[in-house]
Amino acid sequence: MSWFWQSVNSSVGKKIVMAFTGILLVVYLVIHLAGNLTLYGGEKAFDSYAGVLEVIKPLIRIIEVLLALVFIFHIFNGIRVWWGNKKAKPIDYAVNAKSKNSTLFSRTMIHTGVIVLIFLVLHLVTIWYPYNAGGGEVNLYKIVSGRFADPIYAWFYIVAMALLGFHLNHGFQSAFQTLGWNHKKYFSLIQTIGTIYATLTAIGFASLPIYFLYFHGR
Amino acid sequence: MNNNMKLNLKLKIWRQSSAKSVGSFVDYKVSVSPDASFLEMLDEINNELEKNNQDPIVFESDCREGICGTCGLVINGEPHGPLRKVATCQLHMRNFKDGQTIWVEPFRAKAFPVIKDLAVDRSAFDKIIQAGGYISVNTGGVPDANSIPIAKDIASEAFDSAACIGCGACVAACKNSSAMLFVSAKVTQFALLPQGQPERQQRVEAMVAKMDEFGFGSCSNTYACEAECPKGISVRNIARLNHEYLSAKVKSTNVEV
Repeated sequence: MSWFWQSVNSSVGKKIVMAFTGILLVVYLVIHLAGNLTLYGGEKAFDSYAGVLEVIKPLIRIIEVLLALVFIFHIFNGIRVWWGNKKAKPIDYAVNAKSKNSTLFSRTMIHTGVIVLIFLVLHLVTIWYPYNAGGGEVNLYKIVSGRFADPIYAWFYIVAMALLGFHLNHGFQSAFQTLGWNHKKYFSLIQTIGTIYATLTAIGFASLPIYFLYFHGR
Repeated sequence: MNNNMKLNLKLKIWRQSSAKSVGSFVDYKVSVSPDASFLEMLDEINNELEKNNQDPIVFESDCREGICGTCGLVINGEPHGPLRKVATCQLHMRNFKDGQTIWVEPFRAKAFPVIKDLAVDRSAFDKIIQAGGYISVNTGGVPDANSIPIAKDIASEAFDSAACIGCGACVAACKNSSAMLFVSAKVTQFALLPQGQPERQQRVEAMVAKMDEFGFGSCSNTYACEAECPKGISVRNIARLNHEYLSAKVKSTNVEV
Protein backbone atom coordinates (compact mmCIF):
# COMPACT_ATOMS: atom_id res chain seq x y z
CA MET A 1 0.00 0.00 0.00
CA SER A 2 3.01 2.33 -0.03
CA TRP A 3 1.94 3.52 -3.47
CA PHE A 4 -1.33 4.61 -1.95
CA TRP A 5 0.21 6.82 0.74
CA GLN A 6 2.74 8.13 -1.73
CA SER A 7 -0.15 9.16 -4.00
CA VAL A 8 -2.14 10.74 -1.19
CA ASN A 9 0.93 12.69 -0.07
CA SER A 10 1.78 14.00 -3.54
CA SER A 11 0.95 17.57 -4.50
CA VAL A 12 -2.02 16.39 -6.57
CA GLY A 13 -3.05 13.75 -4.01
CA LYS A 14 -3.23 16.26 -1.16
CA LYS A 15 -5.57 18.40 -3.24
CA ILE A 16 -7.76 15.42 -4.07
CA VAL A 17 -8.06 14.67 -0.35
CA MET A 18 -9.11 18.30 0.21
CA ALA A 19 -11.69 18.09 -2.59
CA PHE A 20 -13.13 14.74 -1.52
CA THR A 21 -13.44 15.60 2.17
CA GLY A 22 -14.69 19.06 1.18
CA ILE A 23 -17.54 17.63 -0.87
CA LEU A 24 -18.56 15.38 2.03
CA LEU A 25 -18.61 18.41 4.32
CA VAL A 26 -20.66 20.34 1.76
CA VAL A 27 -23.28 17.58 1.85
CA TYR A 28 -23.13 17.42 5.66
CA LEU A 29 -23.76 21.17 5.96
CA VAL A 30 -26.97 20.83 3.93
CA ILE A 31 -28.27 18.18 6.35
CA HIS A 32 -27.14 20.14 9.41
CA LEU A 33 -28.80 23.32 8.13
CA ALA A 34 -32.04 21.52 7.31
CA GLY A 35 -32.15 20.30 10.93
CA ASN A 36 -31.34 23.72 12.36
CA LEU A 37 -34.09 25.41 10.38
CA THR A 38 -36.68 23.49 12.42
CA LEU A 39 -35.85 26.06 15.13
CA TYR A 40 -38.13 28.45 13.23
CA GLY A 41 -40.99 26.04 13.92
CA GLY A 42 -40.65 26.74 17.63
CA GLU A 43 -39.69 24.54 20.57
CA LYS A 44 -42.10 21.76 19.63
CA ALA A 45 -40.87 21.34 16.07
CA PHE A 46 -37.24 21.45 17.16
CA ASP A 47 -37.85 18.95 19.96
CA SER A 48 -39.47 16.50 17.59
CA TYR A 49 -36.42 16.87 15.29
CA ALA A 50 -34.12 16.28 18.28
CA GLY A 51 -36.35 13.35 19.20
CA VAL A 52 -35.77 11.74 15.81
CA LEU A 53 -32.01 12.09 16.36
CA GLU A 54 -32.43 10.38 19.75
CA VAL A 55 -34.24 7.43 18.17
CA ILE A 56 -31.48 6.84 15.63
CA LYS A 57 -28.70 7.53 18.15
CA PRO A 58 -26.51 4.50 17.27
CA LEU A 59 -26.49 5.59 13.63
CA ILE A 60 -25.75 9.17 14.66
CA ARG A 61 -22.76 7.97 16.69
CA ILE A 62 -21.32 6.14 13.67
CA ILE A 63 -21.86 9.19 11.48
CA GLU A 64 -20.21 11.37 14.12
CA VAL A 65 -17.09 9.23 14.10
CA LEU A 66 -16.91 9.31 10.29
CA LEU A 67 -17.59 13.02 10.30
CA ALA A 68 -14.81 13.60 12.83
CA LEU A 69 -12.41 11.70 10.56
CA VAL A 70 -13.49 13.76 7.54
CA PHE A 71 -13.04 17.00 9.50
CA ILE A 72 -9.63 15.94 10.82
CA PHE A 73 -8.41 14.95 7.35
CA HIS A 74 -9.72 18.17 5.83
CA ILE A 75 -8.21 20.38 8.55
CA PHE A 76 -4.90 18.56 9.00
CA ASN A 77 -4.39 18.20 5.26
CA GLY A 78 -5.42 21.80 4.62
CA ILE A 79 -2.88 23.13 7.09
CA ARG A 80 -0.25 20.84 5.57
CA VAL A 81 -1.00 22.09 2.06
CA TRP A 82 -0.82 25.70 3.25
CA TRP A 83 2.48 25.11 5.05
CA GLY A 84 4.01 23.29 2.07
CA ASN A 85 2.85 26.05 -0.26
CA LYS A 86 4.38 28.71 1.97
CA LYS A 87 7.70 26.90 1.83
CA ALA A 88 7.48 26.71 -1.96
CA LYS A 89 7.56 30.53 -2.13
CA PRO A 90 10.04 31.62 0.53
CA ILE A 91 10.36 35.20 -0.79
CA ASP A 92 7.31 37.12 -1.90
CA TYR A 93 7.25 40.05 -4.28
CA ALA A 94 7.91 43.59 -3.11
CA VAL A 95 4.98 44.77 -5.20
CA ASN A 96 1.87 42.67 -4.94
CA ALA A 97 -0.62 42.44 -7.79
CA LYS A 98 -2.53 39.37 -6.64
CA SER A 99 -5.88 41.16 -6.79
CA LYS A 100 -5.37 41.53 -10.54
CA ASN A 101 -5.14 37.82 -11.23
CA SER A 102 -7.11 36.01 -8.51
CA THR A 103 -10.09 36.36 -6.18
CA LEU A 104 -9.91 37.25 -2.50
CA PHE A 105 -11.88 34.09 -1.66
CA SER A 106 -9.27 31.85 -3.27
CA ARG A 107 -6.35 33.53 -1.52
CA THR A 108 -7.84 33.45 1.99
CA MET A 109 -8.87 29.80 2.33
CA ILE A 110 -6.44 29.22 5.20
CA HIS A 111 -7.68 32.30 7.07
CA THR A 112 -11.38 31.60 6.66
CA GLY A 113 -10.66 27.93 7.35
CA VAL A 114 -8.88 28.63 10.64
CA ILE A 115 -11.67 30.92 11.86
CA VAL A 116 -14.23 28.25 10.99
CA LEU A 117 -12.06 25.74 12.91
CA ILE A 118 -12.08 28.00 16.00
CA PHE A 119 -15.82 28.28 15.59
CA LEU A 120 -16.11 24.49 15.27
CA VAL A 121 -14.27 23.92 18.55
CA LEU A 122 -16.39 26.52 20.33
CA HIS A 123 -19.51 25.01 18.77
CA LEU A 124 -18.66 21.52 20.01
CA VAL A 125 -17.78 22.76 23.50
CA THR A 126 -20.87 24.94 23.95
CA ILE A 127 -23.58 22.95 22.20
CA TRP A 128 -22.54 19.42 21.28
CA TYR A 129 -20.78 18.61 24.56
CA PRO A 130 -23.45 19.85 27.02
CA TYR A 131 -26.11 18.00 25.05
CA ASN A 132 -24.24 14.73 24.70
CA ALA A 133 -22.30 14.63 27.94
CA GLY A 134 -24.14 17.09 30.15
CA GLY A 135 -25.76 14.29 32.12
CA GLY A 136 -29.41 13.94 33.00
CA GLU A 137 -32.29 15.29 30.95
CA VAL A 138 -31.04 18.07 28.72
CA ASN A 139 -33.18 20.09 26.42
CA LEU A 140 -31.39 20.91 23.18
CA TYR A 141 -33.78 23.78 22.44
CA LYS A 142 -32.95 25.42 25.80
CA ILE A 143 -29.20 25.09 25.17
CA VAL A 144 -29.38 26.53 21.64
CA SER A 145 -31.82 29.35 22.32
CA GLY A 146 -29.83 30.26 25.45
CA ARG A 147 -26.59 30.52 23.49
CA PHE A 148 -28.14 32.53 20.69
CA ALA A 149 -29.62 35.03 23.15
CA ASP A 150 -26.06 35.96 24.19
CA PRO A 151 -25.01 38.81 21.86
CA ILE A 152 -21.27 38.03 21.93
CA TYR A 153 -21.85 34.36 21.16
CA ALA A 154 -24.43 35.20 18.50
CA TRP A 155 -22.26 37.74 16.74
CA PHE A 156 -19.23 35.47 16.68
CA TYR A 157 -21.53 32.83 15.19
CA ILE A 158 -22.75 35.28 12.53
CA VAL A 159 -19.24 36.39 11.55
CA ALA A 160 -17.99 32.79 11.46
CA MET A 161 -20.89 31.84 9.17
CA ALA A 162 -20.13 34.72 6.81
CA LEU A 163 -16.53 33.52 6.56
CA LEU A 164 -17.75 29.96 6.11
CA GLY A 165 -19.67 31.33 3.12
CA PHE A 166 -16.43 32.79 1.71
CA HIS A 167 -14.71 29.44 2.26
CA LEU A 168 -17.50 27.53 0.54
CA ASN A 169 -17.72 29.96 -2.36
CA HIS A 170 -14.18 29.07 -3.41
CA GLY A 171 -14.20 25.53 -2.07
CA PHE A 172 -17.26 24.33 -3.98
CA GLN A 173 -15.98 25.03 -7.49
CA SER A 174 -12.41 24.26 -6.41
CA ALA A 175 -13.41 20.71 -5.46
CA PHE A 176 -14.84 20.12 -8.94
CA GLN A 177 -11.69 21.51 -10.58
CA THR A 178 -9.44 19.35 -8.37
CA LEU A 179 -11.37 16.19 -9.16
CA GLY A 180 -10.97 16.99 -12.84
CA TRP A 181 -14.54 18.02 -13.50
CA ASN A 182 -13.89 21.25 -15.35
CA HIS A 183 -15.80 21.26 -18.58
CA LYS A 184 -15.98 24.26 -20.87
CA LYS A 185 -19.78 24.00 -21.03
CA TYR A 186 -20.63 23.40 -17.39
CA PHE A 187 -17.95 24.97 -15.22
CA SER A 188 -19.44 28.45 -15.07
CA LEU A 189 -22.70 26.81 -13.97
CA ILE A 190 -20.81 24.95 -11.22
CA GLN A 191 -19.28 28.25 -10.08
CA THR A 192 -22.72 29.90 -9.98
CA ILE A 193 -24.24 26.98 -8.06
CA GLY A 194 -21.29 27.16 -5.64
CA THR A 195 -21.87 30.84 -4.99
CA ILE A 196 -25.61 30.31 -4.49
CA TYR A 197 -24.94 27.35 -2.18
CA ALA A 198 -22.36 29.30 -0.17
CA THR A 199 -24.65 32.33 0.16
CA LEU A 200 -27.70 30.31 1.19
CA THR A 201 -25.71 28.22 3.68
CA ALA A 202 -24.18 31.30 5.31
CA ILE A 203 -27.51 33.15 5.44
CA GLY A 204 -29.35 30.03 6.63
CA PHE A 205 -27.05 29.41 9.60
CA ALA A 206 -26.48 33.07 10.46
CA SER A 207 -30.20 33.89 10.36
CA LEU A 208 -30.83 31.77 13.48
CA PRO A 209 -28.78 33.81 15.98
CA ILE A 210 -30.19 36.99 14.38
CA TYR A 211 -33.70 35.64 14.89
CA PHE A 212 -33.11 34.66 18.51
CA LEU A 213 -31.24 37.86 19.29
CA TYR A 214 -33.61 40.40 17.77
CA PHE A 215 -36.96 38.84 16.87
CA HIS A 216 -37.73 35.79 19.04
CA GLY A 217 -40.28 36.41 21.76
CA ARG A 218 -40.71 40.12 21.02
CA MET B 1 12.53 61.15 -32.32
CA ASN B 2 11.63 64.29 -30.48
CA ASN B 3 12.86 64.09 -26.92
CA ASN B 4 9.54 65.39 -25.63
CA MET B 5 7.83 62.21 -26.76
CA LYS B 6 10.00 60.09 -24.53
CA LEU B 7 8.69 58.59 -21.33
CA ASN B 8 10.50 59.43 -18.14
CA LEU B 9 10.32 56.49 -15.81
CA LYS B 10 11.69 55.53 -12.43
CA LEU B 11 12.74 51.89 -12.26
CA LYS B 12 13.36 49.86 -9.14
CA ILE B 13 15.28 46.83 -10.33
CA TRP B 14 16.30 43.82 -8.23
CA ARG B 15 20.10 43.46 -8.20
CA GLN B 16 21.73 40.39 -6.71
CA SER B 17 25.35 39.64 -7.55
CA SER B 18 25.14 35.85 -7.10
CA ALA B 19 22.82 33.07 -6.01
CA LYS B 20 24.04 33.20 -2.43
CA SER B 21 24.39 36.96 -1.96
CA VAL B 22 21.70 39.23 -0.56
CA GLY B 23 19.91 41.29 -3.18
CA SER B 24 18.22 44.65 -3.08
CA PHE B 25 16.36 47.10 -5.30
CA VAL B 26 18.44 49.69 -7.13
CA ASP B 27 16.86 52.85 -8.57
CA TYR B 28 17.37 53.80 -12.21
CA LYS B 29 15.97 56.81 -14.04
CA VAL B 30 15.35 56.35 -17.74
CA SER B 31 14.05 58.36 -20.64
CA VAL B 32 12.76 55.88 -23.17
CA SER B 33 10.82 55.83 -26.43
CA PRO B 34 7.23 54.55 -26.04
CA ASP B 35 7.95 52.27 -29.02
CA ALA B 36 10.77 50.46 -27.21
CA SER B 37 10.04 47.05 -25.79
CA PHE B 38 10.64 46.45 -22.09
CA LEU B 39 13.77 44.47 -22.87
CA GLU B 40 15.05 47.16 -25.24
CA MET B 41 14.72 49.62 -22.39
CA LEU B 42 16.84 47.32 -20.21
CA ASP B 43 19.35 47.07 -23.09
CA GLU B 44 19.60 50.86 -23.10
CA ILE B 45 20.21 50.94 -19.37
CA ASN B 46 22.87 48.25 -19.75
CA ASN B 47 24.60 50.23 -22.53
CA GLU B 48 24.84 53.16 -20.16
CA LEU B 49 26.07 50.97 -17.31
CA GLU B 50 28.75 49.39 -19.49
CA LYS B 51 29.88 52.79 -20.71
CA ASN B 52 30.46 53.72 -17.08
CA ASN B 53 32.22 50.43 -16.36
CA GLN B 54 29.39 49.22 -14.16
CA ASP B 55 27.99 45.72 -13.94
CA PRO B 56 25.09 45.40 -16.42
CA ILE B 57 21.71 44.06 -15.26
CA VAL B 58 21.47 40.34 -15.97
CA PHE B 59 18.19 39.20 -17.54
CA GLU B 60 17.32 36.44 -19.99
CA SER B 61 15.92 36.76 -23.49
CA ASP B 62 16.27 34.99 -26.80
CA CYS B 63 13.78 35.21 -29.65
CA ARG B 64 12.16 38.49 -28.57
CA GLU B 65 9.01 37.58 -30.45
CA GLY B 66 7.11 35.79 -27.72
CA ILE B 67 7.65 32.18 -28.72
CA CYS B 68 10.76 30.91 -26.94
CA GLY B 69 9.80 31.37 -23.29
CA THR B 70 13.22 32.61 -22.25
CA CYS B 71 12.32 36.07 -21.01
CA GLY B 72 10.26 36.61 -17.94
CA LEU B 73 10.31 39.43 -15.44
CA VAL B 74 7.88 40.30 -12.70
CA ILE B 75 6.82 43.84 -13.49
CA ASN B 76 4.84 45.66 -10.80
CA GLY B 77 3.95 42.32 -9.25
CA GLU B 78 2.82 40.62 -12.45
CA PRO B 79 4.86 38.09 -14.44
CA HIS B 80 5.35 39.47 -17.97
CA GLY B 81 3.81 42.76 -16.84
CA PRO B 82 0.33 44.23 -16.97
CA LEU B 83 -0.64 43.18 -20.50
CA ARG B 84 -2.47 39.88 -20.90
CA LYS B 85 -1.24 37.06 -23.16
CA VAL B 86 2.14 38.58 -24.01
CA ALA B 87 5.66 37.72 -22.94
CA THR B 88 7.94 40.40 -21.45
CA CYS B 89 9.64 40.89 -24.83
CA GLN B 90 6.32 41.89 -26.42
CA LEU B 91 5.49 44.41 -23.73
CA HIS B 92 6.10 47.93 -25.01
CA MET B 93 6.77 51.04 -22.99
CA ARG B 94 3.65 52.75 -24.36
CA ASN B 95 1.74 50.65 -21.82
CA PHE B 96 3.27 52.72 -19.03
CA LYS B 97 2.60 56.31 -18.03
CA ASP B 98 5.12 59.11 -17.99
CA GLY B 99 6.56 59.52 -14.51
CA GLN B 100 5.50 56.04 -13.39
CA THR B 101 7.58 53.94 -10.99
CA ILE B 102 8.12 50.40 -12.22
CA TRP B 103 9.28 47.57 -9.95
CA VAL B 104 11.19 44.81 -11.72
CA GLU B 105 11.74 41.56 -9.85
CA PRO B 106 12.88 38.05 -10.75
CA PHE B 107 10.46 35.09 -10.71
CA ARG B 108 10.09 34.02 -7.09
CA ALA B 109 9.93 30.32 -6.21
CA LYS B 110 11.99 27.94 -4.13
CA ALA B 111 12.38 25.76 -7.24
CA PHE B 112 13.55 28.75 -9.33
CA PRO B 113 16.60 30.08 -7.45
CA VAL B 114 18.02 33.43 -8.57
CA ILE B 115 21.27 33.04 -10.52
CA LYS B 116 22.03 36.73 -10.82
CA ASP B 117 19.87 39.88 -10.78
CA LEU B 118 16.73 39.01 -12.76
CA ALA B 119 17.86 35.62 -14.12
CA VAL B 120 16.52 32.52 -12.39
CA ASP B 121 17.41 28.86 -12.80
CA ARG B 122 14.45 27.15 -14.45
CA SER B 123 16.21 23.84 -15.13
CA ALA B 124 13.62 22.16 -12.89
CA PHE B 125 11.26 22.44 -15.89
CA ASP B 126 13.77 20.61 -18.10
CA LYS B 127 14.04 17.85 -15.50
CA ILE B 128 10.25 17.50 -15.38
CA ILE B 129 10.15 17.16 -19.18
CA GLN B 130 12.96 14.57 -19.03
CA ALA B 131 10.91 12.61 -16.50
CA GLY B 132 8.05 12.01 -18.95
CA GLY B 133 7.21 14.92 -21.21
CA TYR B 134 7.99 13.07 -24.42
CA ILE B 135 6.80 10.22 -26.61
CA SER B 136 9.05 7.35 -27.59
CA VAL B 137 9.12 6.96 -31.36
CA ASN B 138 10.60 3.88 -32.93
CA THR B 139 12.76 4.44 -35.98
CA GLY B 140 11.73 2.99 -39.33
CA GLY B 141 9.89 4.12 -42.41
CA VAL B 142 8.12 7.46 -42.34
CA PRO B 143 4.46 6.80 -41.52
CA ASP B 144 1.85 8.05 -43.97
CA ALA B 145 0.45 11.43 -43.14
CA ASN B 146 -3.05 11.31 -41.64
CA SER B 147 -2.87 7.54 -41.23
CA ILE B 148 -4.09 8.00 -37.67
CA PRO B 149 -7.43 9.81 -37.67
CA ILE B 150 -7.65 12.59 -35.07
CA ALA B 151 -10.78 14.71 -34.75
CA LYS B 152 -10.24 18.39 -35.46
CA ASP B 153 -11.52 19.56 -32.07
CA ILE B 154 -9.22 17.12 -30.24
CA ALA B 155 -6.26 18.18 -32.35
CA SER B 156 -7.06 21.83 -31.63
CA GLU B 157 -7.36 21.23 -27.92
CA ALA B 158 -4.03 19.38 -27.84
CA PHE B 159 -2.49 22.20 -29.82
CA ASP B 160 -3.81 24.79 -27.34
CA SER B 161 -2.01 22.88 -24.58
CA ALA B 162 1.12 22.49 -26.67
CA ALA B 163 1.23 26.28 -27.06
CA CYS B 164 2.89 26.40 -23.61
CA ILE B 165 6.37 27.89 -24.05
CA GLY B 166 7.59 26.78 -20.63
CA CYS B 167 8.49 30.29 -19.47
CA GLY B 168 7.54 29.65 -15.85
CA ALA B 169 5.22 32.65 -15.44
CA CYS B 170 2.60 30.29 -13.98
CA VAL B 171 4.98 29.37 -11.15
CA ALA B 172 5.91 33.04 -10.68
CA ALA B 173 2.26 34.13 -10.54
CA CYS B 174 1.11 31.37 -8.21
CA LYS B 175 1.08 32.25 -4.53
CA ASN B 176 2.10 28.63 -3.92
CA SER B 177 4.76 28.51 -6.66
CA SER B 178 2.89 25.58 -8.13
CA ALA B 179 4.06 24.26 -11.50
CA MET B 180 0.78 22.58 -12.26
CA LEU B 181 -0.23 24.73 -15.21
CA PHE B 182 3.04 23.89 -16.98
CA VAL B 183 2.98 20.20 -16.09
CA SER B 184 -0.70 19.87 -16.91
CA ALA B 185 -0.25 21.45 -20.35
CA LYS B 186 2.54 19.00 -21.13
CA VAL B 187 0.55 16.03 -19.83
CA THR B 188 -2.58 17.10 -21.70
CA GLN B 189 -1.01 17.62 -25.10
CA PHE B 190 0.03 13.95 -25.11
CA ALA B 191 -2.95 12.50 -23.25
CA LEU B 192 -5.30 13.81 -25.94
CA LEU B 193 -3.45 12.33 -28.89
CA PRO B 194 -3.03 8.69 -29.99
CA GLN B 195 0.76 9.03 -30.00
CA GLY B 196 0.73 9.79 -26.29
CA GLN B 197 -1.25 6.72 -25.22
CA PRO B 198 1.49 4.08 -24.68
CA GLU B 199 3.23 6.12 -21.96
CA ARG B 200 0.15 7.93 -20.70
CA GLN B 201 0.03 6.54 -17.15
CA GLN B 202 3.75 6.45 -16.43
CA ARG B 203 4.11 9.96 -17.87
CA VAL B 204 1.74 11.66 -15.45
CA GLU B 205 3.05 9.68 -12.49
CA ALA B 206 6.69 10.47 -13.27
CA MET B 207 6.14 14.13 -14.10
CA VAL B 208 4.14 14.84 -10.93
CA ALA B 209 6.73 12.97 -8.82
CA LYS B 210 9.53 15.03 -10.37
CA MET B 211 7.58 18.26 -9.89
CA ASP B 212 7.12 17.44 -6.19
CA GLU B 213 10.80 16.58 -5.82
CA PHE B 214 11.73 20.16 -6.75
CA GLY B 215 9.45 21.65 -4.12
CA PHE B 216 6.83 23.31 -6.28
CA GLY B 217 3.63 23.92 -4.29
CA SER B 218 0.14 22.45 -4.56
CA CYS B 219 -2.45 24.12 -6.75
CA SER B 220 -5.09 25.93 -4.71
CA ASN B 221 -7.16 26.97 -7.73
CA THR B 222 -6.64 30.73 -7.52
CA TYR B 223 -6.23 30.62 -11.32
CA ALA B 224 -3.59 33.38 -11.21
CA CYS B 225 -1.48 31.22 -13.56
CA GLU B 226 -4.05 31.30 -16.34
CA ALA B 227 -4.46 35.07 -15.97
CA GLU B 228 -0.72 35.69 -16.30
CA CYS B 229 0.15 33.01 -18.88
CA PRO B 230 1.52 34.66 -22.04
CA LYS B 231 -0.06 31.86 -24.10
CA GLY B 232 -3.41 31.80 -22.31
CA ILE B 233 -3.08 28.17 -21.24
CA SER B 234 -6.37 27.25 -19.54
CA VAL B 235 -6.67 25.87 -16.02
CA ARG B 236 -8.83 23.15 -17.55
CA ASN B 237 -5.45 21.53 -18.22
CA ILE B 238 -4.93 21.30 -14.46
CA ALA B 239 -8.32 19.62 -14.05
CA ARG B 240 -7.22 17.13 -16.69
CA LEU B 241 -3.89 16.60 -14.93
CA ASN B 242 -5.69 15.85 -11.66
CA HIS B 243 -7.96 13.40 -13.43
CA GLU B 244 -5.09 11.78 -15.33
CA TYR B 245 -3.10 11.44 -12.13
CA LEU B 246 -5.98 9.95 -10.15
CA SER B 247 -6.83 7.51 -12.90
CA ALA B 248 -3.18 6.52 -13.43
CA LYS B 249 -2.71 5.92 -9.71
CA VAL B 250 -5.83 3.76 -9.56
CA LYS B 251 -5.19 1.79 -12.77
CA SER B 252 -1.45 1.52 -13.28
CA THR B 253 0.44 -1.55 -12.14
CA ASN B 254 3.27 0.63 -10.89
CA VAL B 255 3.68 0.02 -7.16
CA GLU B 256 7.18 1.53 -6.87
CA VAL B 257 6.29 5.23 -6.65
